Amino acid sequence: MLEIFQYGFIVRGLEAGILIGLIAPLIGIFLVLRRYSLIADTLSHVSLAGVAVGLLLKINPLWTALGASALSSIAIERLRTSKKIYGETALSIFLSGSLALAIVLIGLAHGFSVDLFSYLFGSIVTVKQIDVYIILGLSVLIALSVFLFYKELIYIAFDEEASTVSGLPVKIFNTLFVLLAAIVIAISIPIIGILLISALLVLPTITALQLKQSFTKTLLWAEIISVFSIITGIITSFYLNISSGGTIVLIMLTIFGIVLSIYGKK
Amino acid sequence: MSINHQKNIIEVEKVSFSYGNVEVLKDITLAIHQGDYISLIGPNGGGKTTLLKIMLGLIEPQAGQIKLFGEKLQDFKDWSKLGYVPQKAINFDPLFPVTVREVVAMGCYGKKGLLKWLNKKDQTNIDDALAQVEMTKYADRLIGNLSSGQQQRVFIARALAGKPEVIFLDEPTVGVDIKTQEEFYSLLTHLNSDMNITLILISHDIDVVTNEVTELACLNQTLVYHGEPKKFMKGNYLETLYGKNARFIDHNH
Repeated sequence: MLEIFQYGFIVRGLEAGILIGLIAPLIGIFLVLRRYSLIADTLSHVSLAGVAVGLLLKINPLWTALGASALSSIAIERLRTSKKIYGETALSIFLSGSLALAIVLIGLAHGFSVDLFSYLFGSIVTVKQIDVYIILGLSVLIALSVFLFYKELIYIAFDEEASTVSGLPVKIFNTLFVLLAAIVIAISIPIIGILLISALLVLPTITALQLKQSFTKTLLWAEIISVFSIITGIITSFYLNISSGGTIVLIMLTIFGIVLSIYGKK
Repeated sequence: MSINHQKNIIEVEKVSFSYGNVEVLKDITLAIHQGDYISLIGPNGGGKTTLLKIMLGLIEPQAGQIKLFGEKLQDFKDWSKLGYVPQKAINFDPLFPVTVREVVAMGCYGKKGLLKWLNKKDQTNIDDALAQVEMTKYADRLIGNLSSGQQQRVFIARALAGKPEVIFLDEPTVGVDIKTQEEFYSLLTHLNSDMNITLILISHDIDVVTNEVTELACLNQTLVYHGEPKKFMKGNYLETLYGKNARFIDHNH
């Protein structure tokens, strides 16, 4: 069992994975409860375009993915609140638009298709030491933001209108929130892959919701499910030599299935 | 707190509002005084909810202005004086994982300000609010597991926890049975006469509210009537509001 830790990439993968496992439910619970789940999918596709730009220009793709995801999250939120177009159409414009951009960019530089596959489905091999530090810094930022604005985020998610009347700066919080979601999505790419990120954000929360607990307890259960699935997923994928992202999502789905069959009947 | 029934706490001045080409409110002027228990009634599409949302600053009128506690709405900062009970019986997510206590605590957040945690005094306010609506023993239950009448009481407790001077209620009795409705109105009377809270209530139950409230404002694009319920009953306003065939439906047979 212990020989696994002799490999640097496994240690880096576990470090980055545990960090992401901890912050994903902090954002995921609000995405699920606000019916924003689809924004995760959209921003992950936008991140793919960012990754393609990074690979093309030979910049660390984590940075370009972060930039693309953050800028788009603000643009989507603006479009949604302008009410000029429907909220979900704003999402599909960005989803298909960025996928189109990504495909064109990939076509322009034929060489990196192998690398791209690991970005699509997650492969901890791509996690470099510098990435672990970037992920650590941004994870602290996200955890701190959610901790400091915990009560406001809950109130806005539960009742946006009443929280506006109570004088909270709801628009600022909504922008801050999508920005935090954009960061989580961009830094999760190496571990879970672009196509599987929404599962990472959504599954632990909807599993914990079945337990019908208070808000804070629901969040704690989502954390436990998330971190457990990531650690067991990375270790399993190492021994079976399979994709880490796919393994993690399948473990999460299994837990969801078990919990639903026990608690869902009530 | 001494009550001055002459003091205007909400002034609606020449407010007009339309959605696209549809005029919903036309030149509404209305003053609500401290201690009033006023119901906004009128047909669907008559502009009740729109006017309530304009008073709360949730939507902006095309013409006219609102003053809250003597200040223009744009300059008004003291939002904790206002409590709001939205029409939750219908559009509230029963799966949202919050306990009754967590919901009532939200009522303190606006007043508390950013980056501050609730202290003992806030916890006492939450306890008091729960006691006022007789929901103390349900404090740790999930809001989704309560009946709609109980949920509505929790939302009132949330408004009370912020110690407001005025509470706005948007059709609070939609979807509750007659007995629950009676208990609900006696709670509102208690808030108004014993706790001196000004109440602004949108309602469909014209026959019920005319017996409960101290003032009626009837809206159908324009302000058709504003005054005591008794005079309203004597006048021919129902016809103006709802057309010739309008009559009260007796719920109690």
